[in-house]
Amino acid sequence: MRLLLTLFLLALAHPAAAQGIDETINNIFADYTGWYVGLIFANLPGTNFSWIALWLVVGAVVFTVYFGAIQFSGFMHSIRLVKGDYSDPNDAGEVSHFQALATALSGTVGLGNIAGVAVAVGIGGPGATFWMVVAGLFGMATKFTECSLGVKYRNEYPDGSVSGGPMYYMTKGFQERGLPGGKLFAIVFSVFTILGALGGGNMFQANQAHAQLSGVLGGYPGWITGVILAGVVFIVIVGGIRSIARVTEKVVPFMGIFYVLVSLAILFKNYDEIFWAFGQIFEGAFTGLGVAGGFTGALIQGFRRAAFSNEAGIGSAAIAHSAVRTKEPVTEGYVALLEPFIDTVVICTMTALVIVITGVLNQDPETGLYIWNAEAGRIATDAGVQGVELTSAAYAASFSWFPPLLAISVVLFAFSTMLSWSYYGMKATTYLFGEGKVQEFTFKTIFCLFIVIGSAASLGPVIDFSDAMLFSMAIVNIIALYLLMPIVKRELTSYQRRLRSGEIKKYE
Amino acid sequence: MGQETFVVAYDDDTSDTAVLDCAIARASKAGAKLVIIHVLEWSQYSFLSNEELAERHKRRTEELSRAESHVITPALERAKAAGVEATGIVKHGSVADLVVKAAAAEKAEFIFVGRSGSGEARARIFGSVPLAIAQIATVPTVIVP
Repeated sequence: MRLLLTLFLLALAHPAAAQGIDETINNIFADYTGWYVGLIFANLPGTNFSWIALWLVVGAVVFTVYFGAIQFSGFMHSIRLVKGDYSDPNDAGEVSHFQALATALSGTVGLGNIAGVAVAVGIGGPGATFWMVVAGLFGMATKFTECSLGVKYRNEYPDGSVSGGPMYYMTKGFQERGLPGGKLFAIVFSVFTILGALGGGNMFQANQAHAQLSGVLGGYPGWITGVILAGVVFIVIVGGIRSIARVTEKVVPFMGIFYVLVSLAILFKNYDEIFWAFGQIFEGAFTGLGVAGGFTGALIQGFRRAAFSNEAGIGSAAIAHSAVRTKEPVTEGYVALLEPFIDTVVICTMTALVIVITGVLNQDPETGLYIWNAEAGRIATDAGVQGVELTSAAYAASFSWFPPLLAISVVLFAFSTMLSWSYYGMKATTYLFGEGKVQEFTFKTIFCLFIVIGSAASLGPVIDFSDAMLFSMAIVNIIALYLLMPIVKRELTSYQRRLRSGEIKKYE
Repeated sequence: MGQETFVVAYDDDTSDTAVLDCAIARASKAGAKLVIIHVLEWSQYSFLSNEELAERHKRRTEELSRAESHVITPALERAKAAGVEATGIVKHGSVADLVVKAAAAEKAEFIFVGRSGSGEARARIFGSVPLAIAQIATVPTVIVP
């Protein structure tokens, strides 16, 4: 910790030395962690499809089949639960289904929906959208499973506060089924969660927020963004100035809705091409329309993006959803399955449609195939833009005033994702080291330091490592879900029976 | 005719007891009993951070007991001192809705509500509690200035 601080101060004091320190950190990380990163993101033999994406997709398909396509059969029931139709009016003032969903969503909706989709469509072509939606739809069943368990096995303390998440269902659930190793699973999961929170949930976000800001304001040193962001995050999570969090997190849903509305406006503006765009998406899904790898190229990009965007299977959502007030754990599962739907099926698809319809991807007018820029490994675009800049260019093609707003959204999305992950990381910390102010303060301070590091440096290997941690959470979590899914099945069967018999009924 | 019931919408601004005093005076004359309802404004659609979610149940318990001890108990004592029979209710939700629902549930003859707060900018834009009650009430409503 002190070493980190010294390194950081040194980096601030000497920009030239900072370069050296960046490199040193990069090298140390690459030397010691490179093999692990390589292992996590390794491709399946003979493909460029990482096994970890397949792991998430296979899990999603298994849960879909096991729970009888709950995401389709239970969809309307989910909406009714969110509306509060089944909430006891005497529980007013407790955490509602809607609140748990909104908080969990503010942690997942973010850079993946804006930048990630552009990467997927840029490399996999319009067809990637189709596979992204397919994977998102399956991912809904994974969320259902993990969030039902999160509520069922949460800890409720005498003072009335609750703690939940995979570490609790791993220990208590495994014990209930007479399985060994629950504690070990929980410890490994918590370690991965802390590292994932510092990486994917922090440094990556800070880094991208700075990239966006310097794109709009002109280049300036990253540590300035870092110090400001870290300062704001610090006063929110350590100082307990929740009003800032509340303001941002109130703005974030509006940003999300605004983003969808602007996307719809662009689609209406180009209404005569909507059928064409859907045609491109379907055709691309099965032929690739000129992208490298053809059909599989599109499929791989779509699956990857969905799996990495909605966090289904990672286990983070189970922490956020566990605080809801309900007598039936599966009701929160029903509500949670809306999360991948909103995140991936709705918001990601909007981004993809706008990119396709505005024609920022270069297409050969003769053949209708997309022009492949082999050197960059993606479809050629005007001015060669990619990632979040591609999204920006697509929206700017219809509304020139949109890019600055998009930049603000990206920063706010990054901020709210960081707040959520600071909480997930803190829960993992208190699971490992016990509940207490000292443990919480230590983690929160380290978290804020990493924001500065994340936005100041381009620590590629460090970020790769942290992303690898995020997906390591999914390895442990999905194994636990396989082992515990019979418990969810039992709960679900009982719930559905009582729902049909009228024992569980709507309140007026 | 049996004993009448008056519902009193009572907020936590305990310095402004005009509505309570008026209701007590009327109830005393009519031999009616009072149901004093205090509503903690709450929406199931409001946004909470992760920490607030985890602590919500604890906070709610605290809010309820504070309302009970600081708002309802003093109000009931006031009524008792004037020789009026009274009971108290504390709820979370939308004030106007819950007051009107309570009046229906208690088969009340009148609702008493204070005008306090209606002058604020917020009330001018979004409408004030007494006006909202007046609009949806199913029994005669007395607005006390």
